[in-house]
Amino acid sequence: MTTRIFGSGIRRREDPRLITGGATYTDDVQLPGMVHAAILRSPHAHAKISSIDTSAASGAPGVVAVYTGADTDGVLNPIPCAWLPPDCDIKAVDHPAIAKDVVRYQGDAVAVVVAEDRYQAEDALELIKVDYEILPSVVNPEAAMQAGAPQIHEDAPNNQAFHWVADGGDSDAAFANADVIVKETIIQQRLIPHAMEPRSAVANWTVAMGELTLWSTSQNPHIVRFLGSLVTGIPEHKIRVIATEVGGGFGSKLPMYADEMIISFCSMQLNRPVKWTATRSEGFLATIHGRDHVEHVELAATREGKITGIRSVVYAGMGAYLSTAGPGVPTILHGLIYSGPYDIGATKADIYGVFSNTTPVDTCRGAGRPEATFLIERLIDLLAVELGTDPVELRRKNLIPKFEDGHDVASGITYDSGDYEPLLNMVLGHVDYQALRQEQARMRERGAYMGIGVTCYVEICGLGPSQVAGAVGFGGGLWESAIVRFHPTGKVNAYIGTSPHGQGEETTFAQIIADELGVDVDDVGVIHGDTSNTPMGWGTYGSRTSTVGGAAVALAARKIKEKARLLAAHLLEAAEADVEYEDGKFFVKGSPDRSKTIQEIATMANVAWNMPEGMEPGLEASAFYDPPNFVYPFGTHLAVVEVDPDNGHIEVKRYVAGDDCGPQINPMIVEGQVHGGVVHGVGQALWEGVVYDENGQLLTGSMTDYALPRAHMFPDMEILSTVTPSPHNPLGVKGIGETGAIASTVTIYNAVIDALRPLGVTHIDMPLTPEKVWQAIRQGQGS
Amino acid sequence: MNIQVTVNGKSHEKEVDPRLLLVHFLREDLGLTGTKIGCDTSQCGACVVKMDGVTVKSCTCLAVQADGSEITTIEGIATNGELHPVQEAFWEKHGLQCGYCTAGMIMTTVELLEKNPDPSEDQVREGLKGNICRCTGYQNIVRAVLAAAEAQRS
Amino acid sequence: MFATEFEYKKASSISEAIQLLSSNEGAKILAGGHSLLPMMKLRLARPTMVIDIGGIEEMRGISVENGTLRIGALTTHAQIADSHVVQEAAGILWETAYGIGDPQVRNRGTIGGNVSHADPASDLPTVLTVVDAKFTIQGQGGITRRGSRTVSAGDFFVGPFTTVLAENEVLTAIEIPVLAENQKAEYAKMAHPATSFAVVGAGVVLTVDNNNVCTAARVAVGGLTPTPTRGPSVEAALVGKELTDENIAAATALIDGDLGSDILGDIFASAEYRRAMAAIELKHAIFHATGLAHH
Ligand SMILES: Cc1cc2nc3c(=O)[nH]c(=O)nc-3n(C[C@H](O)[C@H](O)[C@H](O)COP(=O)(O)OP(=O)(O)OC[C@H]3O[C@@H](n4cnc5c(N)ncnc54)[C@H](O)[C@@H]3O)c2cc1C
Ligand code: FES
Ligand code: FES
Repeated sequence: MTTRIFGSGIRRREDPRLITGGATYTDDVQLPGMVHAAILRSPHAHAKISSIDTSAASGAPGVVAVYTGADTDGVLNPIPCAWLPPDCDIKAVDHPAIAKDVVRYQGDAVAVVVAEDRYQAEDALELIKVDYEILPSVVNPEAAMQAGAPQIHEDAPNNQAFHWVADGGDSDAAFANADVIVKETIIQQRLIPHAMEPRSAVANWTVAMGELTLWSTSQNPHIVRFLGSLVTGIPEHKIRVIATEVGGGFGSKLPMYADEMIISFCSMQLNRPVKWTATRSEGFLATIHGRDHVEHVELAATREGKITGIRSVVYAGMGAYLSTAGPGVPTILHGLIYSGPYDIGATKADIYGVFSNTTPVDTCRGAGRPEATFLIERLIDLLAVELGTDPVELRRKNLIPKFEDGHDVASGITYDSGDYEPLLNMVLGHVDYQALRQEQARMRERGAYMGIGVTCYVEICGLGPSQVAGAVGFGGGLWESAIVRFHPTGKVNAYIGTSPHGQGEETTFAQIIADELGVDVDDVGVIHGDTSNTPMGWGTYGSRTSTVGGAAVALAARKIKEKARLLAAHLLEAAEADVEYEDGKFFVKGSPDRSKTIQEIATMANVAWNMPEGMEPGLEASAFYDPPNFVYPFGTHLAVVEVDPDNGHIEVKRYVAGDDCGPQINPMIVEGQVHGGVVHGVGQALWEGVVYDENGQLLTGSMTDYALPRAHMFPDMEILSTVTPSPHNPLGVKGIGETGAIASTVTIYNAVIDALRPLGVTHIDMPLTPEKVWQAIRQGQGS
Repeated sequence: MNIQVTVNGKSHEKEVDPRLLLVHFLREDLGLTGTKIGCDTSQCGACVVKMDGVTVKSCTCLAVQADGSEITTIEGIATNGELHPVQEAFWEKHGLQCGYCTAGMIMTTVELLEKNPDPSEDQVREGLKGNICRCTGYQNIVRAVLAAAEAQRS
Repeated sequence: MFATEFEYKKASSISEAIQLLSSNEGAKILAGGHSLLPMMKLRLARPTMVIDIGGIEEMRGISVENGTLRIGALTTHAQIADSHVVQEAAGILWETAYGIGDPQVRNRGTIGGNVSHADPASDLPTVLTVVDAKFTIQGQGGITRRGSRTVSAGDFFVGPFTTVLAENEVLTAIEIPVLAENQKAEYAKMAHPATSFAVVGAGVVLTVDNNNVCTAARVAVGGLTPTPTRGPSVEAALVGKELTDENIAAATALIDGDLGSDILGDIFASAEYRRAMAAIELKHAIFHATGLAHH
């Protein structure tokens, strides 16, 4: 029996360099002759630039150069948006790297200073004189579409960036015939994704070769190379993007940013390496935000609690420009999964993408799916109250029954596999749900307010079939590739197109390969993040790395094994059909001592002294994997909270996450992903939220105002799982990087409202700060 | 201004601008880039190092203030190629993902356990208040700290 | 993250520090640096000279003499939180110090810097007001011609980020009366989730007899008012009363009348909310102080 390393929680091989301070992140790169850039950003949300005077800055100590939009105009092409959903009248407005005539959000780049050190660059920034003619601005996406709102782009009337509708089933009929309709307006507040590593770029132009090397804090270096080539005009084969060590992304390092192109421009002008690293507060302005929906949603049901329809009208803020994947988030990643895990006859998502004078919006952990899960689960809790039934029983009644190979939902997509009820039962049994409800009743009697939130979710990830990508306007493919190579000594390297930045694929992919090839996991090294030595890939986001990238790795390994088998037959002088394989060894059927290890075969393939006729030397393979479908992980989460009605303080008492991501390559890593995702989502529910004033000034402009979850704010989570393989994935695996954030926000939210129901509270806008809770209690009690 | 600082047992003398932050001195002047910068408001703890026996946020200390002091960074806690027990525990318990907060987390933990060799989970969570991690949800970091405490006690 | 340029001087004595302050306009003292440097990094403070007093030994130390706890201005929050002397003499200060910021803030930040900075959201101004601390201030000729003087905490804070300290004065030590056996003191705060600073903080010192009757009371709240605010109405209502749930709730509710109209508010917590929380935090403080923290 083969022992598989797949499924074992081995510790990560990337860790030694990370726990000793030996890893090289972008800001750690030091090059001879390197100079430092600082970017001047608009202090206004909307203004005409009347004039810019850079003369004093140019003469300041240490300053090497100062550039404005006039310098980059015509040299750098506009920053592209790479996801333009079809049939929605999308306005792909111009996004200049450096604003020339108009600034459209606080943080828009206006000029760049390059100096010998960063302190000097910052000093010089203060000497640039910009005359602005301030224009009226608008922040809220719904307000931005009202008549009379300030217009942000000439070619986008009413600030409408697009209008996208996904209508599946007959939603009009569902609502016309409903016994019960519940409605809600949900504000999915803006979030700052906040990877701990600030964004950074080091550009090094070598004029003699006409080549650009760009170290970039990116989740997808190949996309940066691709789009960077479009922006700079440098041929793609002369650009090398390096993102080998990246300190978290959460969607914020997916976009192609203007800043990296500005830094590349500076290096090309100066023929010197140039570094720029965002300060945290600068990142708050100039790194994408997430969410920002104003949603009007409703649910139709029968008196018996059968859900018959869900529909929405959503105003989704895009910010001042369309960020790389921005338009895809509230549409494809959101509007197609309104069924969740439930059997719902009709769903309709009516989505307006809206420009506003704010930082561009793009993917933030979960991207579109937390918002969808939130509205479904919130509406179901409202329905439970309306019908006077238990919210869990209501969910159970509507769950899609078990299916193993495909289930079509109203929006037209096909879930891969699902078995939702066992996980619900497991979570309920784990906490003894009935006992919890009884405790809640007892506590209420003595004036203590405990609440329970239960969420069932399905999410769509593992992006995705490339054909679908093309059909939904994604400006690239969504396949992955890998090269797996045996070296002469029998050791293996895998070169992968995805670009992990904390998810641990150096370990999990080695586990996949070790099993496929029968080699020791420590004999496999995984190389990623450098476009010069890895094959094309579309990046790490959308929980696609293990599902798509992992599959490519497995397929490449399987190809190698097939070649090794042929070579083994040749070396063992046996017919191919008589060669068997077990545990890294090929042997002749019936005589197990006539054998060759895969390492021996690798050595022979590399020296090629004795090869079968016509067989190429070497033992390596590359594979491209384009998934036939997305994957659909699912789960049930449960939270118990207690609210102090005196001051509105919320304490999370318990959090149980039950998730099914199919077979777990490394359960320790899976758990870690769940932990991080859950706390991220709880951050949205309780603490995090971007606040702009009416003039588009970012009031949560630093970490002193934007509160992030810290260790003492949350208890230990309890983690459960089931295993339902995806039928179409070679490894059966589904994504797990985002499920926590997808489920936890609404789980906490529903728990809090459940706690406060006796006090007449039905709605509080997030984040649920003590004051908002306290105000809601006062209003609920009519004081 | 001329300063002398002993970092990880090695003495350095350098001329520095008074406004240079200790973290920039360590990273840029000494090339010790294991210490990270995660914020500009003294809140995230990515930059924590030990200075004269206590942990400090090296982004909230001038290099000139460190004149004459002894500093230990993440690069200096392993001895003779042997990982520090706290490093081991972070590895073993999966107390890191992207690794960006890790240097600060580990340095904070080293001091936490010096002051309290047998902390409760709550005490660990309180002790990590000044270190932000966006990846791990803290759970495995807390496990790592508790495991390191146990390893160091036995 | 990148301060503007300044001249750096290290003072080796109090008089040298005062001398440097007196002769350099725009100079700032640097103690623990955990209020000053964050402002300089964001270029919100731009001192022309920074006078590092960190090396002045005479400004450090914790001692008790004749019923008075004396703490040098340069004593860090961590040194206070780790001190058994402080724990015995003024448990309220000991606990408050432990609740400041995080371990690294406590390792560097000093008691003198904290009160001199006079951030309304700081914890120590409220606590030192309620324990009736005395601040020792040293000046020297120059503009103010003041020598050494002592100011009680109640008089020290003038407004947000403003104290009675003149440009060329240094706070050298803080003296606190040692709490008696029958005095119960506690500080409770609603902490800002991002910083730990006090949204509302409340301190109490109650003298309680054997029948659980309050015989003397001092209360103060901070975080919501420009400077710490005493609660005379609350104090009057507590004295002579048994410390029952009901009496405490009734008394603390009176803080509203003591707060005045200048209440701070921000995007996290409005003035209205903070005003209401003053009574709640006072109640929490008294419950903790008297062991009624059963909720
Ligand atoms: C992340 C973070 C969280 C924090 N959380 C809290 C909290 O929860 N509660 C809280 O109370 N505080 C908090 N603080 C503030 C902290 O307590 C500071 O240490 C303190 O406010 C200032 O002390 P310092 O020694 O660092 O002063 P410095 O920053 O060195 O100086 C502050 C000001 O006081 C002046 N000054 C300093 N010492 C003297 C003196 N002896 N005489 C005259 N003037 C002097 C300086 O010139 C300067 O203007 C926090 C700080 C940070 C960075
Ligand atoms: S970088 Fe020092 S606390 Fe964030
Ligand atoms: S491991 Fe990424 S921030 Fe902590």
